[in-house]
Amino acid sequence: MSPIVRRLCQLSILLILPFMAGCDLVVMSPSGDIAQQQADLIVVSTVLMLLIIVPVLFLTLYFAWHYRHSNTKAKYDPEWHHSTRLEVVIWSAPLAIIIALGAITWISTHKLDPFRPLDRIDAERTIPEGTKPLEVEVVALDWKWLFFYPEYGVATVNEMAAPVDRPITFKITSSSVMNSFYVPALAGMIYAMPGMETKLHAVINKEGVFDGLSSNYSGPGFSHMRFKFHSLNEQGFDGWIAQVKQNGTALNRDAYLKLEKPSEKEPVRYYATVEDGLYRAILNVCATPGKMCMDEMMHIDMMGGAGLESHENRDRLKYDGGPIDINLRGHGEEHSAVEPAAGSQSTKNMPAEGMSHGNHSMQGMDMAKGDASEAPKTN
Amino acid sequence: MFSNPDLLKFIFGRLTLESIPYHEPILVATFAAVALGGIALCAFITYMKWWGPLWNDWITSIDHKKIGIMYIILAIVMLLRGFSDAIMMRIQQAIAFNGSEGYLPPHHYDQVFTAHGVIMIFFVAMPFVTGFMNFVVPLQIGARDVSFPFLNNFSFWMTTAGAIIVMISLFVGEFARTGWLAYPPLSGVEYSPGVGVDYYIWGLQVAGVGTTLSGINLIATIVKMRAPGMSFMKMPVFTWTSLCTNILIVATFPILTATLVLLSLDRYVGTNFFTNDLGGNPMMYINLIWIWGHPEVYILILPAFGIFSEVVATFSGKRLFGYASMVYATCAIMILSYLVWLHHFFTMGSGASVNAFFGITTMIISIPTGAKIFNWLFTIYRGRVRYEVPMLWTIGFMVTFVIGGMTGVMLAVPPADFVLHNSLFLIAHFHNVIIGGVLFGLMAGVTYWYPKAFGYKLDPFWGKMSFWFWFIGFYFAFMPLYVLGLMGITRRMSQFDDPSLQIWFVIAAIGAGMIAIGILSFIIQLVVSYIKREELKDETGDPWHGRTLEWSTSSPPPEYNFAFTPVVHDHDSWYDMKNRGYARPLQGFKPIHMPKNTGTGAILAALNIALAFGLIWYMWWLVVVSFVAIIAVAIGHTFNYKRDYYIPAETVSTEEGKRTELLAKQV
Amino acid sequence: MSNIQTQSAEKPQFYLEEDHHPEGSTNLGFWLYLMSDCLIFATLFATYAVLGRNYAAGPAPADLFDLKLVAINTAMLLFSSITYGFAMLQMERGAKQETLFWLAVTGLFGLAFLGIELYEFHHMIHEGATPQRSAFLSAFFTLVGTHGLHVTFGIIWLVTLMVQVSKHGLIAENRRRLMCLSMFWHFLDVVWIGVFSVVYLMGVVG
Repeated sequence: MSPIVRRLCQLSILLILPFMAGCDLVVMSPSGDIAQQQADLIVVSTVLMLLIIVPVLFLTLYFAWHYRHSNTKAKYDPEWHHSTRLEVVIWSAPLAIIIALGAITWISTHKLDPFRPLDRIDAERTIPEGTKPLEVEVVALDWKWLFFYPEYGVATVNEMAAPVDRPITFKITSSSVMNSFYVPALAGMIYAMPGMETKLHAVINKEGVFDGLSSNYSGPGFSHMRFKFHSLNEQGFDGWIAQVKQNGTALNRDAYLKLEKPSEKEPVRYYATVEDGLYRAILNVCATPGKMCMDEMMHIDMMGGAGLESHENRDRLKYDGGPIDINLRGHGEEHSAVEPAAGSQSTKNMPAEGMSHGNHSMQGMDMAKGDASEAPKTN
Repeated sequence: MFSNPDLLKFIFGRLTLESIPYHEPILVATFAAVALGGIALCAFITYMKWWGPLWNDWITSIDHKKIGIMYIILAIVMLLRGFSDAIMMRIQQAIAFNGSEGYLPPHHYDQVFTAHGVIMIFFVAMPFVTGFMNFVVPLQIGARDVSFPFLNNFSFWMTTAGAIIVMISLFVGEFARTGWLAYPPLSGVEYSPGVGVDYYIWGLQVAGVGTTLSGINLIATIVKMRAPGMSFMKMPVFTWTSLCTNILIVATFPILTATLVLLSLDRYVGTNFFTNDLGGNPMMYINLIWIWGHPEVYILILPAFGIFSEVVATFSGKRLFGYASMVYATCAIMILSYLVWLHHFFTMGSGASVNAFFGITTMIISIPTGAKIFNWLFTIYRGRVRYEVPMLWTIGFMVTFVIGGMTGVMLAVPPADFVLHNSLFLIAHFHNVIIGGVLFGLMAGVTYWYPKAFGYKLDPFWGKMSFWFWFIGFYFAFMPLYVLGLMGITRRMSQFDDPSLQIWFVIAAIGAGMIAIGILSFIIQLVVSYIKREELKDETGDPWHGRTLEWSTSSPPPEYNFAFTPVVHDHDSWYDMKNRGYARPLQGFKPIHMPKNTGTGAILAALNIALAFGLIWYMWWLVVVSFVAIIAVAIGHTFNYKRDYYIPAETVSTEEGKRTELLAKQV
Repeated sequence: MSNIQTQSAEKPQFYLEEDHHPEGSTNLGFWLYLMSDCLIFATLFATYAVLGRNYAAGPAPADLFDLKLVAINTAMLLFSSITYGFAMLQMERGAKQETLFWLAVTGLFGLAFLGIELYEFHHMIHEGATPQRSAFLSAFFTLVGTHGLHVTFGIIWLVTLMVQVSKHGLIAENRRRLMCLSMFWHFLDVVWIGVFSVVYLMGVVG
């Protein structure tokens, strides 16, 4: 019977799925230790479940074949409907597997909790004493990514870089709606939400250029809310920072407020300087002058509110403001008209190769080799 | 008069000519097709003089069998709409590469995927499942109707009203562009100021009323109306799964209703439940919607499990293996389904212990589910399996569903979910269980119970065509999505940069095309079977050698289902009756007490459409008028005390006499 | 349904000769409806529990609630439940006029409750504590307002039933309906106890 053959084929495809990791299955063969452990977990849980899935599939096909109506040789027992021993087995077999998987889940969930600082660089290496993680503050904007590097006082849009084997601490928020920060090669995703901060600890172990994206639908510009993640050696990273400092403009509140407006397919942008406390203001939804910061509001609320005479606070807390122009959010094709003014300024100052998506991945690689040597000079 | 803008605004609210998408060729063509089809249908009905019968025998009918059939017709019609959306998405994703925007700009594509999800869950799967429960449960428990027949009619029309509201959005205004669960703040008025989310809210609210009431109705029916002797542990398994499903409905849909009320207050009144500002908390919406949303998944799958249980036992010619453990497994799934909602957002940043807890509870669900699979397996064991079409769907289900179950458990491991969440892997997983589980079950159910409803079997050739195209098409359509998910590709994207992905999307589109042939075969099957109905006729009322009470009556069953209420002694009571020499009673018929038809349900539902339309377009006069009318009609209905009548004993006697003759011919 | 002796020794009986009258489902059905309604309130309570301290740098319960007024209001609703109980007692006795009288009293208490609640709402909105002011107030107005809406519908239903009773008397259908409304009315009372404790008492005292 051909269906059986066909099903066996499907089964075998499924069996090899986890092992197809060689080609371009970035989730299964990532370049960061966290993502690698997550991939291993996928394999382990798959194998554990195959212990029961394979016999079930086999028995299904075998029984379906053997007890077909035309096979009168097969035993037929229309009243047989109970067997305590069998029932114990069919409940306890899945139970045993779930106990094993549950234990793995409990341990791995704690070990791979994105909020938990790393304790190793990869399977072989622990973190050397005194290593300071690279801190990156991530803001999901409509529809682009803004990265702050507080340690270096710079910021970028739609491109980020990190040195190989140095732990990275991401602090993640959003300006308007929910997004999800995801670099498949580096580590699992975590939501980016306005007025809130999520964290992600990760490390990248291989040099290269990887894709980063928003993995939570956030509106019309969502498909292009992508960035390149450059994993560079230490020199390359210094060079990249130098490049940002050299070619970037200033990111102050005005520039940010213009950048924050919805736009699509934003080019890469560099900011050489960043206004003090800007990330904190974005996180607390008070980058707009005159708004009350969320932490202040929460403090007042903790103390029991601001009483009856607090009407003016309402407007100071109305972040999303009046209805946004419908067309702005509604129709993607009209967006080019509202590209942030600051953006066009900064693009002028940027090197030409930094402009297009296609090129800049190359640019990152070049930097790792070439520009790196110049980096110390600029510093 | 029409030059007065204030008056125009008063009458039409925010509805303007611009709201009609006449500049969208796809929609204009669809509209033309729907309009022409509609006119043709109306003309045909008028020509056949069917309006009277349509109103008297169907629209106002409180007969649970007719209502069940109407639910399923609604589901099939909406399946065509939902599947058109699916095909559109597959084509868009297969061509939007190398800088091409495809043929659907984001604002259109985003509506399509939202509508696809909403329609498939709320207006295909739900009415399909409810239709089966309505049709089958009273017959299986030996009852003459449900507990509250009028409420049943009202529930159906409310569900239909919800579907109509969603369909209106296709041609007047737009639908939501938020994804099928409309997460705020994106679905808030600041970020979605148009009418799309309002269509979403009111469509679901109106349908939700119907669903909740039908849930209450069916629980009461199963608990109170069972035939004498049918203890809980002698109920057919489909009735058991229906009971658990309806408990889930009653225990979750109010949460959906309340949550959507809060969202609409945010949108209409300016409250701050889920806003970014003034203390609102969007995460609460996500929690609440999934506290409804996860049990909803089991609302759909449990009845399908019930159908498979009936089909496996019948076509293996054998009693279901492990009845008791099947029942306990169903109840366990019902309870556990409330303890897992957080697994839909592990990535929102709850602590590790919370995530791990919900991950493990999710895995625990796979234990009773696994037990069920084994029970079906051992029902086949030592059976004599007849490979009629319903059994094909069942075997197809068992093979496909375990794969979906496996990927589901993978997603339940929080760290693994961090890399798979929101990816196409997730999409592949839930289509794997919803198509491989729910849909295959519903198709098995259609083929299985069709002869009971209409008196003739469905043509097996086209049934097999439908099965194989669905089955193979499913693998072509969704296995590539598993692979794409492992490549880190996210759901809901309308355009792609990486050309190496295209081949996978093309394969998926081919799979969707095969599924289209499967759906087409199903429709051909309905037509062919109707034409060949004499040949496929079943006069016994028991074409499959069934085991439960619905097969003891004629096909189609008389209005009153059973001339005498059956008495139950064992599981599989009809099998038991056949085995122990049951003789059909031929005389002594009595008048039968039945409820009367009423048009109130349809009228109330129509008024609800008007109310929702007014709310969506800010036509406040329409809101007030239709709301007052709803209250008035509802109160008016309570003044009608004459809601029942007796079918005279002679009529029963004639009906039963006909059946006696038919049965005599068989021998 | 257990009125059948199972399996006599010889031929089992497979159908009922006489009419089968399953016991009425209305009671169970109405209970189920109440439980579903209860879940709506549970959702609103949960919402209030989550958002109840998000004052958005605005007024808090202690600034807004007048416990004395709420106590009077609570008394109104509790009295209405008692008088509904009297109506049910009269119904059991079959005394139509007395039943109608107590129903009317119940309705008046209900109206008084609504009047006081509306006064409270009006007062708060006048002070700037509108539902739009903060998440706390959104949750407050929605929870209390939903209860108020239920009472409003209860009163409409009550009036409808009074007309029906006076027209058709205390016939079986009307008794069943009065029974349902009775459950509904007491249910609202119970919900109000929850509102009173969680929202008002814990808001001001706790």
